[in-house]
Amino acid sequence: MRNAYIAGVGNTSFGRHEGQNALDLMAQAASAALHGAQLNRNEIDGVLSGYATTMPHLMLSTLFCEKFSIQPNYCHSLQVGGATGAAMLMLARELVVSGRCQNVLVVAGENRLSGQTRDSSIQTLAQVGDADFEVPNGASVPAYYGLMASRYMHQTGVTQEDLAQFAVLMRNNAIRHPDSHLTSPITVADVVASKTIAAPLKLMDCCPISDGAMALVVSADPKVGVRVKMAGAGQAHLHQHLTAMTDVLDTGAARAARQAFKQANLQIADIDYLGIYDSFTITLVMLLEEIGFAPRAGAAERLRQGDFSATGSLPLNTHGGLLSFGHCGVAGGMAHAVEAYRQFNNAAGVRQVKPPKHAYVHADGGVMSSHVSLILSREG
Amino acid sequence: MVDMVASSSLAKSFVEGLSQHRLMYQHCDACGAAQTLAHYACQKCGAELLRWKESKGVGTVHSVTEVGRAPSDAFKALAPYTLAIVSLEEGFNLMAHAQAGLRIQEKVKATYFDHDGRVLVRFVRV
Repeated sequence: MRNAYIAGVGNTSFGRHEGQNALDLMAQAASAALHGAQLNRNEIDGVLSGYATTMPHLMLSTLFCEKFSIQPNYCHSLQVGGATGAAMLMLARELVVSGRCQNVLVVAGENRLSGQTRDSSIQTLAQVGDADFEVPNGASVPAYYGLMASRYMHQTGVTQEDLAQFAVLMRNNAIRHPDSHLTSPITVADVVASKTIAAPLKLMDCCPISDGAMALVVSADPKVGVRVKMAGAGQAHLHQHLTAMTDVLDTGAARAARQAFKQANLQIADIDYLGIYDSFTITLVMLLEEIGFAPRAGAAERLRQGDFSATGSLPLNTHGGLLSFGHCGVAGGMAHAVEAYRQFNNAAGVRQVKPPKHAYVHADGGVMSSHVSLILSREG
Repeated sequence: MVDMVASSSLAKSFVEGLSQHRLMYQHCDACGAAQTLAHYACQKCGAELLRWKESKGVGTVHSVTEVGRAPSDAFKALAPYTLAIVSLEEGFNLMAHAQAGLRIQEKVKATYFDHDGRVLVRFVRV
């Protein structure tokens, strides 16, 4: 059986890109990824794209291919909210392993910040709620996560200060990345004192809305760099809406992770780099604890011990995550994998950690609704 | 009485119930499970034998938040407001407005209020 590898990555900066639409941003990231992989356009035989709330086109993937001047044999878009990027990478792996494709371009981008008003963006995102049972109450995405956080904290004893420490860690990481959206230093006290968006979540527990794009190439035989094998993947989808989540301690994250670990024939203890979805601080804490990278209510303690820092045993989101690198939709959830690739390749500049052997990447869509787990391993 | 239109035929009975200040939920005739949200088949056993029944509207707070930043103009006038997910005695969960200051596990009952052309549930302490 063939293996699949990440062969190159590219990105725009995250933040404000006034006057650039989703395609403009996607094209910049895709160009950088092709350049990084040392591939020509005619060598790309598969394209997977995300969606853009600012460009709700029926065929975004082929629209992009026409403008970008590539003619793949396999091409479509994919939609599972914030898990879309990881789901595209999992599918790209399947396409390469099966022999269907040789080089798959995975790309997403969106002018989510400058392409619409903030109110319009918040309203669009709130529609991930149930149209009859949830949205009419004036619920928003932070409200869904606030509700979930209240339950998780009630059952486990996680505190607001625990959550705030992850916001600070992500900010400190983002400060070291030239393409980050948010780079002003913050403290735990700043996070706790920031205004309430949806209790217990404060403004600084929430990711920003950004413009930006990310792209990766998945190949059967990468031309350059460290061979970053896609060793395992898994998914779980237990519910769509928060109200239908039956157990805040079993959201599907661990079920997806178990599949990935089984496929890679690895265990939690083998992992030495983490790229974990962090739309809110509570998202990050719940994922770390459910998957098993920390005991229940123990993630913040590991952080305080320094385990998740660049010099620790398990560096986490060294680019700054959604919380501070930024969140522009699908591409925001791809940034974790892009950063992992750079860490494998000793290409993370001042953020460089001891190059990992095995990285774990996790993304969730909706309100912990769709989970996708990926394990990346250095070969040789 | 407020006339409300459901976004889907699936949720019609729930939305029409609200307009009459009645809290409706689906119940499975095969296994007896109460359903959270509206479904085509039972969440527990998969049977397509769901029937709408009326809830007494009494339950306990499962989770709670205070929304400081409303998502639309219609709700900015209400902010800050409290939302909760309540576990009803019949065995289903419902997201709704709630009395300020409620805590998880407190016992509550459903009341109704009109807002922006809709009837909404507000859970208050029993």
